[in-house]
Amino acid sequence: MVATPSSPAPPSAPSSEPLANQPVQRENGQREVFCGLTSIVWLHRRMPDAFFLVVGSRTCAHLVQSAAGVMIFAEPRFGTAILGERDLAGLADANEELDRLVGDLLERRPEIRTLFLVGSCPSEVIKLDLAKAAERLTQRHRGRVRVLNYSGSGIETTFTQGEDGALMALLPLMPSEDLEQLLIVGTLADAVEDRFMGLFARMGVPVVRSLPPRRSSELPPVGRGTRVLLAQPFLSGTARALVHRGATLVEAPYPFGVEGSRAWMAAGAAAFGLPEAAVAAVLDPLVERGRRALAPHRERLAGKRLFLLPDSQMEIPLARFLARECGMELVEVGVPYLDRQLMAAEMALLPAGTPIWEGQDVERQLDRVRAAQPDLVVCGLGLANPLEAEGIATKWSIELVFSPIHGCDQAGDLAELFARPLGRRGRLSFT
Amino acid sequence: MELTLWTYEGPPHVGAMRIATSMEGVHYVLHAPQGDTYADLLFTMIERRDRRPPVTYTTFQARDLGGDTAELVKRCIAQAVERFRPEALLVGESCTAELIQDQPGALAAGMDLGGIPMVSLELPAYSKKENWGAAETFYQLVRSLLKEQLPPPGSPRPDPGRWRAEGRRPRVNLLGPSLLGFRCRDDVREVTRLLAQHGIDVTVVAPLGARPADLERIPSADANVCLYPELAGPVCGWLERSFGMATVRTVPIGVGATEEFLRELCALLGLEPPDLGEGERASRLPWYSRSVDSTYLTGKRVFIFGDATHALAAARIASQELGFAVVGLGTYSREQAREVRAAAKELGLEALISDDYLAVERAMAEAAPELVLGTQMERHSAKRLGVPCAVISTPLHVQDVPARYAPQMGWEGANVIFDTWVHPLMMGLEEHLIGMFRHDFEFVDGHRSHLGDGAPAAPSLEAAGPTAGQAAVEASATAGDRAAAALATTTASATAERGEPSWSPDGEAELHKIPFFVRGKVRRNTELFARERGIALIDAETLYDAKAHFSR
Repeated sequence: MVATPSSPAPPSAPSSEPLANQPVQRENGQREVFCGLTSIVWLHRRMPDAFFLVVGSRTCAHLVQSAAGVMIFAEPRFGTAILGERDLAGLADANEELDRLVGDLLERRPEIRTLFLVGSCPSEVIKLDLAKAAERLTQRHRGRVRVLNYSGSGIETTFTQGEDGALMALLPLMPSEDLEQLLIVGTLADAVEDRFMGLFARMGVPVVRSLPPRRSSELPPVGRGTRVLLAQPFLSGTARALVHRGATLVEAPYPFGVEGSRAWMAAGAAAFGLPEAAVAAVLDPLVERGRRALAPHRERLAGKRLFLLPDSQMEIPLARFLARECGMELVEVGVPYLDRQLMAAEMALLPAGTPIWEGQDVERQLDRVRAAQPDLVVCGLGLANPLEAEGIATKWSIELVFSPIHGCDQAGDLAELFARPLGRRGRLSFT
Repeated sequence: MELTLWTYEGPPHVGAMRIATSMEGVHYVLHAPQGDTYADLLFTMIERRDRRPPVTYTTFQARDLGGDTAELVKRCIAQAVERFRPEALLVGESCTAELIQDQPGALAAGMDLGGIPMVSLELPAYSKKENWGAAETFYQLVRSLLKEQLPPPGSPRPDPGRWRAEGRRPRVNLLGPSLLGFRCRDDVREVTRLLAQHGIDVTVVAPLGARPADLERIPSADANVCLYPELAGPVCGWLERSFGMATVRTVPIGVGATEEFLRELCALLGLEPPDLGEGERASRLPWYSRSVDSTYLTGKRVFIFGDATHALAAARIASQELGFAVVGLGTYSREQAREVRAAAKELGLEALISDDYLAVERAMAEAAPELVLGTQMERHSAKRLGVPCAVISTPLHVQDVPARYAPQMGWEGANVIFDTWVHPLMMGLEEHLIGMFRHDFEFVDGHRSHLGDGAPAAPSLEAAGPTAGQAAVEASATAGDRAAAALATTTASATAERGEPSWSPDGEAELHKIPFFVRGKVRRNTELFARERGIALIDAETLYDAKAHFSR
């Protein structure tokens, strides 16, 4: 479990350009991250006509409901087919049981158009073939519902990677069409997405579509002419699969903060050869306004030392925003895994020498937190209160995947999320 | 295979975590993949703990499966022992590790742990649940730590009245309170105080706050109090069989049960029986319940669902101490199903034993109660049905860990219960009055119900079941939004005539994407912003300009 210096890029992620001067260290030990099942929490809200059925254990069910904010206000559009001892004894029976359970579910929820069978750690270990099950069930319920599958298991995926899996499962159903279009990939808050659509239209981008769509049955086409702009930094597999279908991947930083959002939108426009003046005419007022909104938060954040623990895979773009636009000093930027291709534009913008740590050994990392005594730590829910109790201010990262934080108009709100814990400490007094 | 949309109990290893985290000086090495670390948040967020649970997860990955996961387990155990220096070590596995059969307990047994007591936990993840896992872990830990003290077979049972001969006060253990249990922290304080008033000392409270060395002192008490049978039932049974220690099993929740508990305990310890009617003086519940103001509680229909301990106690209090009519009784604790069935039968009901919350909601709707006593999930179901609800049982929500002293047990517990149950009924009455006056012209529009928007849809919900109910709720929300939009348009055109800014359709559309609870503020701010700048027509851009302007 010894940390090793910068390691070569994984073979699946060839670096498209020389890396910026960022030292990357790799660590291996206890990881304190959610598994990919957690993505269901936002995916089921994005596509209200889809149902996510985890095939797993009581632990899976408990994880998703705990991560989902504990309570359900209506019958949820996700659930778990909990494996029992009998299912483990014979796989043939497990398949029959799954078919029966899916039949019951579809009868009860006639509005479901797409059913995702989501693999888990136990289903992977017992090698329950969910791809085959999805095929079989699609045949059986043909014309009513499409059954897809992907893995959200914690032995293969972390937290946000679940969305990557879900999108890749949708991909084969996307029609092939060689039209000129901009495809925004990654779940955004509906209001933020509408905003981006409107802005791209004003800049003159002919067609703008998004993946995942708001209705699971209205998938956008893909083909030559499709320019892919990733709204989220954790969609490695989807990006590559779209490229394989003929699309071009637009390289850009992610739309966090004024700078990232502007560069992201400008890259989208540039991919269609739109005149820079037209683009600037739309974006410059946003930039100016965004900076004004940021200013008061920058005052609070500038010069403060920031430590990001690995969690959502958004750590590098957020570190870039907080360092460059809010003036924070980066003590350490942890990421669950590093996709150098998808992070190339971001890493080039990070201050030279920013220490990036890939992987995790949570005890050692917390030792480093305690030694560095940063002003703010970005971490998961399991660690936040214990660190606060040690006197270290924290920002829980899960809020970042639920809040509308993308775009120039949200830059102020995004900065405020980090400024709030610091401001709160300033307000409180018990003497 | 069983479809579960929501579950009352977590897996059994979460039960083991509750024991480890409740105690001091215990560490738990759990062979589990990374996702299982979610369980930490149950303690740090819901229970608001200031420390991480003392759990080391091996967080094995798919690529480890081809290699040597057993080595990984051993490395984690060695590192945990070195870093945390526990006084006792628990070693176990979660559902996935159970399948790969590394047998972490056996691996630990083969290691030199420097003499630390080690307990290997086998908690079948595919057939058992959280409470069972907690009870089993507590039992295994106590058994393992008391191994050396086991009296030889045939030894005489110690006399619970021996304290007299030994010239000291009688003393008992309080077994069962734990983290993620319902109000355990305050119950321990209340019961300890109650016992002190009767001259009884507490030797060990466990698992909450106990160290392994404390567990070794369990046999030095005269008797055990089984405060929470879900957790302490098996351990109390074993202490009875192996050490001859008597157990008091009446759970002191409610006035009658607390009196019965004291009578049972005093008889067992050979103390003078407590005065009859102590509860009348010590708790306000009996007088409050008899006072004329409570007349309206008579025959109120209540539906009760929770863990067995709290559901049974609630049934007794509701029917005997508050004069309610119990119209439904059930539990998700299958291990205690027999007791709940018996209690239901006495009330002329058939108990609902289920861990399917939708089945509970259906039963609730059929019973047509006026008050629901349940878990946080029944609170939500009741909200959908428009019925007031008080929470009486786990699974725990952050709201169930109040800052104030709020026990369920003993005299003060009875006071807390009276307030907690009667308050939502009063709010329900208020709701009814609001409904009555809704059509009066003086009525202020926009009054928000504390029961939520679902309340008016209740009749259709009952008729059509939960799925249709959800659709109804969604539909009513949409209708509400539309009404609000129409109202806003009217207001806008009216104000435009007075030279006030008006809203363009896209501005209005943008505004309606903002959650209702801040929409009013955003509207006011944007209009103020527009007025100050002489903007006549507010569009989406104006809204964002204003947003940026007020963002600080």
